[in-house]
Amino acid sequence: MELLLDSLFNGVAIGSVLLVAALGLAIVFGLMGVINLAHGELMMLGAYTTYVTQLIFKLPILKPFYNSYIIVSIFLAFIVSGVVGILLEKTIIRKLYGSPLETLLATWGVSLILQQFVRSVPLAYGTGLIISLLIGLFLPTTFPTKIKESINFKYFKFSSWIFAALTGVLTGSLISSSIGKLSRASARNVDVTAPSWMRGQVEIIGTTFPKTRLMIIVITLISVIAITLFLKQSAWGMRIRAVTQNRQMSDCLGISTEKVDIITFGIGSGLAGVAGVAVSLLGSVGPNVGGNYIVGCFMVVVLGGVGNLLGTVLASFGIGIMTDLIGAGRFLSIWPNMPLPLSNTINFFATTSMARVMIFALIVLFLQFKPTGLFPQKGRMVEN
Amino acid sequence: MSLSKIKFDKKIVLSFWIILIALIIAAPTLLPVFRLNLLGRYLSLSIVALGVDLIWGYTGLLSLGQGIFFALGGYCAAMYLQITSSSEFPNNIPEFFALYGVEKLPFFWEPFRSPFFTFFAIWIIPALVAGLIGFLVFRNRIKGVYFSILTQASLLVFFNFFNGQQKLINGTNGLKTDVTQLFGQMVGSESMQRIFFWITAILVIAAWFFAKWVVKGRFGNILIGIRDDEPRVRFTGYNPVIFKTIIFSIAGGLAGISGALYTVQSGIVSPQFMTVPFSIEMVIWVAVGGRGTLLGAILGAVFINYAKSLVSEALPASWMFIQGGLFILVVTALPEGVLGWIQGDGPRNLLQRYGLKRKIETYPSLEVNNKEGNNE
Repeated sequence: MELLLDSLFNGVAIGSVLLVAALGLAIVFGLMGVINLAHGELMMLGAYTTYVTQLIFKLPILKPFYNSYIIVSIFLAFIVSGVVGILLEKTIIRKLYGSPLETLLATWGVSLILQQFVRSVPLAYGTGLIISLLIGLFLPTTFPTKIKESINFKYFKFSSWIFAALTGVLTGSLISSSIGKLSRASARNVDVTAPSWMRGQVEIIGTTFPKTRLMIIVITLISVIAITLFLKQSAWGMRIRAVTQNRQMSDCLGISTEKVDIITFGIGSGLAGVAGVAVSLLGSVGPNVGGNYIVGCFMVVVLGGVGNLLGTVLASFGIGIMTDLIGAGRFLSIWPNMPLPLSNTINFFATTSMARVMIFALIVLFLQFKPTGLFPQKGRMVEN
Repeated sequence: MSLSKIKFDKKIVLSFWIILIALIIAAPTLLPVFRLNLLGRYLSLSIVALGVDLIWGYTGLLSLGQGIFFALGGYCAAMYLQITSSSEFPNNIPEFFALYGVEKLPFFWEPFRSPFFTFFAIWIIPALVAGLIGFLVFRNRIKGVYFSILTQASLLVFFNFFNGQQKLINGTNGLKTDVTQLFGQMVGSESMQRIFFWITAILVIAAWFFAKWVVKGRFGNILIGIRDDEPRVRFTGYNPVIFKTIIFSIAGGLAGISGALYTVQSGIVSPQFMTVPFSIEMVIWVAVGGRGTLLGAILGAVFINYAKSLVSEALPASWMFIQGGLFILVVTALPEGVLGWIQGDGPRNLLQRYGLKRKIETYPSLEVNNKEGNNE
């Protein structure tokens, strides 16, 4: 019994990392049909945001609040990845709606650029760039309607971009002069240290559990609840669901599909950033950190059924628990007197990489019986 | 009008071939050994690019897992080479086994003692694996991006398997081939490398003709039909599953040959051939060269890889930016690829834009009416 509980906890821990990583993807892929291979890199940006926030909170002014930096970084990571996502949507993905394979290739290109960007640009100036993007994209939307509709709006837009660029350069050099670690570009991995209240273990029903894992489960839980509430309860959530179901009809009824696309993509990318915070708690952060998760995330989305959050939740916990059962060879401890060939097979797969082999093989097998995942979208189109 | 439809003078075609063959024969004397070896490797990569073009350019299946078949071909060749040159090692098995305390050759190595078996295994094993994966996926009508994701997942399955099994195939270290012997000669030696270059060049041409033959005629038409409107092909009475499986396993076989040639010229095969980025790179070679144009796939593979090695030598950090930019650029601005653009309306449109060529009036009567309308 205790063993089973142990396995369940471990499985939920693995699954919750998968879930928080796959949640943004499920929204972007499920609701918009866009394959975003740069999703892993948006996670990476979130992880680096955590690192930068941590260093900024070590400055003398913010030192008293150091313990709360992780909470702040969750919001910041959401904003950073969201802004990059919105930029991505506005510049590239918008041109490629309806051709998913092309989107896939273009976003892969973006992911390569982002990876090399964090390698060869000092993080301080990267932060400055993000700040200018943020101001440049959002300042024009805060202008009064009168200016927005005037013929000279483009000049206002232009000047706000100049203001944004100046602010970005200023903050970039400010950060780089005050924090030495951020002023040089480096391809080396960095480490995020959890604040003191998150270190150590807790005991739950007889099993010990690292607090960081618990924190990840909490982050995941909050993200899932927040996104479900947003989609089901808010006006924009309803518009997003409407566009998902029938884009042309929603357009006819006066929903701005363009805005819906931006919001959906922004939220999906922002969730990738939140996932990045979770990932940064698990190990060191490097330019390639996102690549380790991206395929697993896609498997979760495909297994769960596209466009269904419940499916995504079940699929990620299912994969998490199965990974623990296979990877730790737990079937053997449940049934110790197993016949030899069977126990040999289980031992063969009882490593992290071989467990992955088994899991992917099982998923492909599962898709043989349910090609559209656990909860398929219903439709009468021949293409469905 | 496509290039293939333009009737070339027979003399031009003949002289093209003569120059090409002369270049291939003369290449070893013209180029330094290092560059020749690189060119040979890139030529062998163009064979896998041909396969990608067949499945993506002609059939519309974007596989992100061609690395599986590429590496399988490479492993087949490397296993044969390792086993034939293992006579001086303990137990007559390849050297690395001793590191892991393995004394008996794993059973699946046994057939690779025979050069005859290996010769066929290099392309038949990848083709069979591709056929199996393809059949399982296509049977369920999984297509589009789902197919891409599943092939990528399969790639990871194979990568993790080969990476994790030290005792069977030396895991992450891979199998070295450059110090092994083939027919009494060192594989890594200069003379052998020259022969491999010639073999590669001949096989690239052979593969090109084979691919041309595949996409010609009714079979090729059905492939293009599947790409453009699969339900319609199905409703017309064809079973797309069979055609897709066949073309996917052909591409797998080509990838296997390519992998074997690449392995003997680079001197090692390792699970690195099965990483996700490498397989996506194969797609970009075809995309830049021109999907749906076989020559474009070959040229794309050779030129992009050459550019990669030149840029990486000069500015190591910038290649990732350039490659990322290429992905974005080719998809948004040049979806037909370079050769597709040249063969299509690209040059004419460019000339027209700058007024160097007269615009063709598609509907002369409409244009006339419009002008009259404006006058009123």
